[in-house]
Amino acid sequence: MREIRYLEAMREGLFEEMRRDPSVIVLGEDVRHSVRGLTKGIVGEFGPARIYDTPISEAAFTGLATGAALAGMRPVVEYQINALLFVAFDQLVDQAQKLRYMMGGQGTIPVTYVITASGARRALAGQHSDHLYPLLLHMGMKTVMPTTPEDAKGLFKAAIREDDPVMVLSPAALLATKGPVPDGDYVTPLGRARVAREGTDLTIVAVGPLVPEALVAAETLAAEGISAEVIDPRSLLPLDAETLLESARKTGHVVLFDDSNRTCGFAAELAALFADRAWEALRAPVRRITRADVPVPFSTPLESYVLPSRERLLDACRACRAAVQA
Amino acid sequence: MGELTRDQLVGFYRTMRTIRRFEQRVVELVNRNDIPGAAHEYVGEEAVATGVCHALRPDDVITSTHRGHGHILAKSGDPRRMMAELMGKSSGYNRGRGGSMHIADLRLGIFGANGIVGAGAPIACGAAMAAKLKGRDGVAAAFFGDGATNQGVLLEALNLAAIWKLPVVFVCENNGYAISASIREMSPLHHLADRASAFGMPGDTVDGMDVLAVNETASRAVARARAGDGPSFVECLTYRFVGHFTAEKALGIKYRSDEEIEEWRQRDPLVTYPAWLRERGICDPARVDAEVEAVLEEAVAFARQSPLPAAEEALDGMYATTYPGLPARGW
Ligand SMILES: Cc1ncc(C[n+]2csc(CCOP(=O)(O)OP(=O)(O)O)c2C)c(N)n1
Ligand SMILES: [Mg+2]
Repeated sequence: MREIRYLEAMREGLFEEMRRDPSVIVLGEDVRHSVRGLTKGIVGEFGPARIYDTPISEAAFTGLATGAALAGMRPVVEYQINALLFVAFDQLVDQAQKLRYMMGGQGTIPVTYVITASGARRALAGQHSDHLYPLLLHMGMKTVMPTTPEDAKGLFKAAIREDDPVMVLSPAALLATKGPVPDGDYVTPLGRARVAREGTDLTIVAVGPLVPEALVAAETLAAEGISAEVIDPRSLLPLDAETLLESARKTGHVVLFDDSNRTCGFAAELAALFADRAWEALRAPVRRITRADVPVPFSTPLESYVLPSRERLLDACRACRAAVQA
Repeated sequence: MGELTRDQLVGFYRTMRTIRRFEQRVVELVNRNDIPGAAHEYVGEEAVATGVCHALRPDDVITSTHRGHGHILAKSGDPRRMMAELMGKSSGYNRGRGGSMHIADLRLGIFGANGIVGAGAPIACGAAMAAKLKGRDGVAAAFFGDGATNQGVLLEALNLAAIWKLPVVFVCENNGYAISASIREMSPLHHLADRASAFGMPGDTVDGMDVLAVNETASRAVARARAGDGPSFVECLTYRFVGHFTAEKALGIKYRSDEEIEEWRQRDPLVTYPAWLRERGICDPARVDAEVEAVLEEAVAFARQSPLPAAEEALDGMYATTYPGLPARGW
């Protein structure tokens, strides 16, 4: 299979969907010159009526996408940075996400939101480094975070075809990574997790930019005689609970490796899932490695301290395995 | 004008020169990875921060932007502690937590640079309101770009200041672009200052490459605010001579013509103003330049010698009143 970069795979997916469906339009800041690289070349192929450089008016262009979607368009909205979700939050969760339900199931709102460099990009400090998916999940918004080029394309295409609002988060740390991508048209369906590595002793559920880190950690653990299974949920909502539970029932040990804050974070939700539905199989308490609940600081030693690290994951995995002998 | 003293005129130059050279050193340090991340340079726009901040008193407040080094230096920020912050050192203004986009010094009335476009404007309104409620005649100046004028919170702040007659000066740094987006395409107005009348406040457009013109207009707006007559909007026409930020070259985008950049460079305030000072016999700019070099040399040395913060400090000081278990660790 050919190998291409994550960002290039996404771009391919976007172009294919724009060719397939003339109602797909693109909105966002600096999307014509494509500061993020995702939308490069759209004006050339599709002309200026399919792509709009917006003013710095996130609330307004998010709401505009909702209205356009209700009226038959299929907008793709790019947010230049994570923090723009805060500015757009009413329009995202109180409008786009709620309107269909609140109107008694009338209409559909097929908007795809994409953050093309999500999570911490390093040395950008507190207002540019949050990873906001728990807020969206909390409000019921479909959210995916692909971690391979193949999934980046497949999940982005699936998101665009979905008839509800979907947030696509593309971790900054993965945009330049390369991997195999099938030729031709395919989608990766929402709601299916990916087993990134099989193992028998311990389940690591890793999110987004932490998946490659977890795979490296699994190698270290293998050398210590611990066979770790690494699961990449990739679709955070809908969540493929069955794949996660099946793994936990097999290994009896679960460590969660999450890129969001601790309190009410995604890992907290997963821990509850395992407690509810795999309790009888668990042989040690579920452990979580997450961010600390502080704004991500600028200075490198501080920043590294508050973000989840592979070293802490390894410690948690060892402790989780050790618990069984006790 | 007319009332400006020789010291003030020389002071304008010292500030502008400090900003220019500070930014040039920052770029060198970013390129050498001594400063992590990226920085938004203020090169070309020095006359705006200088003209405005020299119209303020030390107890007045400013709110700044992602492109904030110039505002902070012009409001008497210490280059040593700024440089240390940019390098993420514990002697930095924010103990290394903020970096380029977040430098603050509350004692100097610097209520922070800001990473979110438009976010500083309502904060300036609040500082102005507090000054009023405490019976002081303090003023707050909010800096923001042309791009920020399309942000909802900024428009809301204009109205708040207008209805409550808050002592605020809204300083719009119109450098023509928000990253790649030309303000010509993002607003139908020829002058952004025309928005002011819709909020019931005076709006002026000035040549932001002319420090004397900026200072004169800003002084009038500040005097009006101080007298209790409410907010004003000052649009300064300016230009950034360089990319949006230090990493722009890597993006490979081009949205401004070379001719346009050259045209504005011809009006470089760091060329025209010192020439004017020399012609009038007001001072020898070269002597100021030497002073500025010495200050910046020392600032870089201070920053380099300062230690990095200890990792565990990252969890300190989140709350004024803390409780057991706060803030939660991630492990
Ligand atoms: C609310 C918000 N939207 C978008 C961004 C990303 N961004 C950072 S600077 C910038 C352009 C700002 O343009 P302008 O206000 O004209 O200031 P300038 O950079 O020209 O000084 C953008 C879009 C942001 N930081 N905050
Ligand atoms: Mg601008």
